[in-house]
Amino acid sequence: MKVTVLIRPKDGILDPQGQAVEGSLRHLGFALRRAHVGRLVEIELDSTDAAEARAEVARMCEQLLANTLIESYEIEIDGQGHG
Amino acid sequence: MSDGGPRPLIAVPVFPGSNDDRDAAHALDLLGAHARRVWHDESELPEGTAGVVLPGGFSYGDYLRCGAIARFSPVMRAVEAFAAGGGLVLGICNGFQILTEAGLLPGTLRQNRSLEFVCRDLRLVVERNDSPFTSRCEPGQTITIPVKHGDGCWFATPDQVAELDAAGQLLVRYAPGENPNGAVADVAGVCNEAGNVFGLMPHPEHAVDALLGSTDGGLILGSLVDAARLSAAVLR
Repeated sequence: MKVTVLIRPKDGILDPQGQAVEGSLRHLGFALRRAHVGRLVEIELDSTDAAEARAEVARMCEQLLANTLIESYEIEIDGQGHG
Repeated sequence: MSDGGPRPLIAVPVFPGSNDDRDAAHALDLLGAHARRVWHDESELPEGTAGVVLPGGFSYGDYLRCGAIARFSPVMRAVEAFAAGGGLVLGICNGFQILTEAGLLPGTLRQNRSLEFVCRDLRLVVERNDSPFTSRCEPGQTITIPVKHGDGCWFATPDQVAELDAAGQLLVRYAPGENPNGAVADVAGVCNEAGNVFGLMPHPEHAVDALLGSTDGGLILGSLVDAARLSAAVLR
């Protein structure tokens, strides 16, 4: 089973990379409200149980993949949607 | 050196990608310690260890987040146990990042607000000197030590900052106008509640020889050497 983890800076946390990208896009003439830069981690698991996989990947996020002081994470399973 | 001799043994863990371990060991030796570099794979610190200095560099390529992977190295379990027993632990730059990732120090270190790597001497204000890491300084003393980092922007929530400030844990701040990275409250160095674990973004080990412009780094590292010499938390 393939699991995708999206890690983002939390709301209200300064995101200088996002601001730089935002500025560059404006400079290129694109109209936008905001840009944020995060991280994407793709994980392949042997598990076939979506709930089990989601719980396992949540543990991975808490222990290593995200720094929950400043980042939020979202887990997406095989195109089954977010959680 | 395990018999309580005059030179306290200070362990300097070396991770893949550490690059200030030799400078740290050299500075500590110069200041009266006996420094020993310890490979990250070791699950124990040397017998007689009276202090630990986690050096700067780019452990594990800084992948994922700075320090996030190094904190799971075998040697870090030994460092965590040493710190829990009251052992003196100083993290410099990447070492500071590792200590925050390990949960031994509050807050976290983020990419510099400017997105630029900064490398220069700057002035720091030492807030207190009743700490094992600042005893050779005067309270409020301004010292000059270099920084060199891309991810040194210390962050904690406003509530945390207020608590840490009230508890006197914000030991070292960038002098007014010097903040090189956007750190909240101008924090350059913070210690844990017990006061035996300290993290600092600037590099005292690069400022122990007048030839390199400043010897103020010796005030920090020398304080640690003094404290390690007297420390009761020595590995036997």
